[in-house]
Amino acid sequence: MKVTTTVIVGAGHSGLAMSRHLADRSIDHVLLERGEVANSWATERWDSLRLLTPNWQSRLPGFAYDGRDPDGYMQMSEVVGYLRRYAELSRAPVQTSTRVVRVVKTDAGYEVTTDQGLWRCKALVIASGACNIASVPKLADGLPASIASLTPMDYRNPSLLPDGGVMIVGASATGVQLASEIQATGRQVVLSTGEHVRVPRVYRGRDIKWWMDVIGAMDLRYDEVDDLKRARNLPSLQLVGTPERRSIDLNGLRESGVEIIGRLVGLQGGKAQFSGALANQCALADLKMNRLLTSIDMWVTESGQGGSFEAACRYPPTDIGTNARLSLEFAGNGIRTVIWATGYRPDYSWLDVPVFDRKGRIVHDGGVVNVPGLYVLGLPFLRRRKSSFIDGAGDDAADLAGRLSQDLDRAAA
Amino acid sequence: MTTTNDANTAKVNNGVNVDALLGAREALEQTPEAAQFKWRATCDWVNGTHSRSVIGGFFGLGAEQGRDQSFTVEADHPKQFAAEDLAPTPVELVLSGLASCLTGGIAAVAQRRGIQLHSVKATVEADMDLQGILGIDEDVRNGFSAVRVHFDIKADASQDDIKALVAQSQKRSAVFDIITSPTNVYVTVN
Repeated sequence: MKVTTTVIVGAGHSGLAMSRHLADRSIDHVLLERGEVANSWATERWDSLRLLTPNWQSRLPGFAYDGRDPDGYMQMSEVVGYLRRYAELSRAPVQTSTRVVRVVKTDAGYEVTTDQGLWRCKALVIASGACNIASVPKLADGLPASIASLTPMDYRNPSLLPDGGVMIVGASATGVQLASEIQATGRQVVLSTGEHVRVPRVYRGRDIKWWMDVIGAMDLRYDEVDDLKRARNLPSLQLVGTPERRSIDLNGLRESGVEIIGRLVGLQGGKAQFSGALANQCALADLKMNRLLTSIDMWVTESGQGGSFEAACRYPPTDIGTNARLSLEFAGNGIRTVIWATGYRPDYSWLDVPVFDRKGRIVHDGGVVNVPGLYVLGLPFLRRRKSSFIDGAGDDAADLAGRLSQDLDRAAA
Repeated sequence: MTTTNDANTAKVNNGVNVDALLGAREALEQTPEAAQFKWRATCDWVNGTHSRSVIGGFFGLGAEQGRDQSFTVEADHPKQFAAEDLAPTPVELVLSGLASCLTGGIAAVAQRRGIQLHSVKATVEADMDLQGILGIDEDVRNGFSAVRVHFDIKADASQDDIKALVAQSQKRSAVFDIITSPTNVYVTVN
């Protein structure tokens, strides 16, 4: 059995940021990583995916992008290289190929069982990510066996799909990106669309992520937000990282031939049913986008820097036509594949400590779990809007390393 | 990015007790069993297509809930349907239910967002192809092929904030969901 003060589960951007802050505080620790550094980025993403945030915005404690294309978007291989370089520069104590299989609470802290032996620690930081498992709704059980059923974690590129049409369920970043690239190969895509968040890639000449950063939206804290539960459950922004910095939205997808339909609400006997609330979902997204653009315009006006940016503008409302389909028979319409772009959730099957709510989520206050010495990082809006982004790992890790250090001191006193 | 403002909320009066509603939400979040409600109605045939429903108690908050009075809702069909037109048709009652649900929601959301309403008027229209219910064409459904709701709202708010009220009300409306999504219906006899 090995002993350390703090075990960090996962060596992705969150775990590495925490490691850096613990090292700065001389807190003895180890990162247990089931694969290699940046494992999920390396093995669980589709081929064309690039980060949704520009390169300069992958700031980590003591580390930043220094390449030639600060406004570009990293491909997954670049993300992996970037994080591995960070791990090396930080001399992060990573134990690779070490899968945590069970964690239990002991009187003195935690006992961590891995496939490479046992660890004992006083504090445990969960940095294993928010996207370990693709969430698929219960009604997927009604899908006929003749239809291929994939999640974004199985999907790699259009050429590996069965011939024929594709229904994509969910219109977050994942859903719209997959719809776009699959439709571009000449297949028919239908995109089932519920609540979604529409934003332009570039506004007034600057990346929307730059704007959200400068106006302070990314730094909004979890204890300042009006409805935290809702903020934590929002789907990802409809964005894609491309060299052309193009926007992706339902209007553009529809022009390219994608059929936009309502939220999937029933699946039975080879036939899908969709909600009639699509028009309102689109209206909500348009209104929300315009509120963001208005807050950007107000920031520009107040900053007195209006001359430095392109003129304000507004985009055409989402036009989904007047006759959105309410049902779809797969066989008759040539649909051979369904892709569930319905979100992701963390895998805590290894955590044998009673810290979950009735939906299986860890109950925490800004990453501090209500069991002494247990902390979690990298979940949506954990402490700030940017918490689940690479750029947000540093500030959260700094806060939680401070708290962890205090808690250790108190326990020792 | 929200319009909620405690100072505003205090001055605004749309006749909605937002504090009580928020308190209820918080309480029901802790006790999901208490959030399980059952709504009920009974309906007696009177004559022809004329019927009379009585709506009284319901189940919720873990117990049977009584009311100070029960309500009567009648339904019939117009003379063009060879009926006596003693009351609205059931489909018109559905439209009324939708409009009432959305309108009530608008008041609640406006109160929460600190927006004073002066008037709210909903106009609802629904399309129906009678070839469905008459069994003339098997490809035509019985129900509405489309429903349109128009709101005229006067309020102390920008046009976009008013639109956002209406959108949010749809998002949280029971009748809007009942109409836009399928529901299993089980009918038994004796």
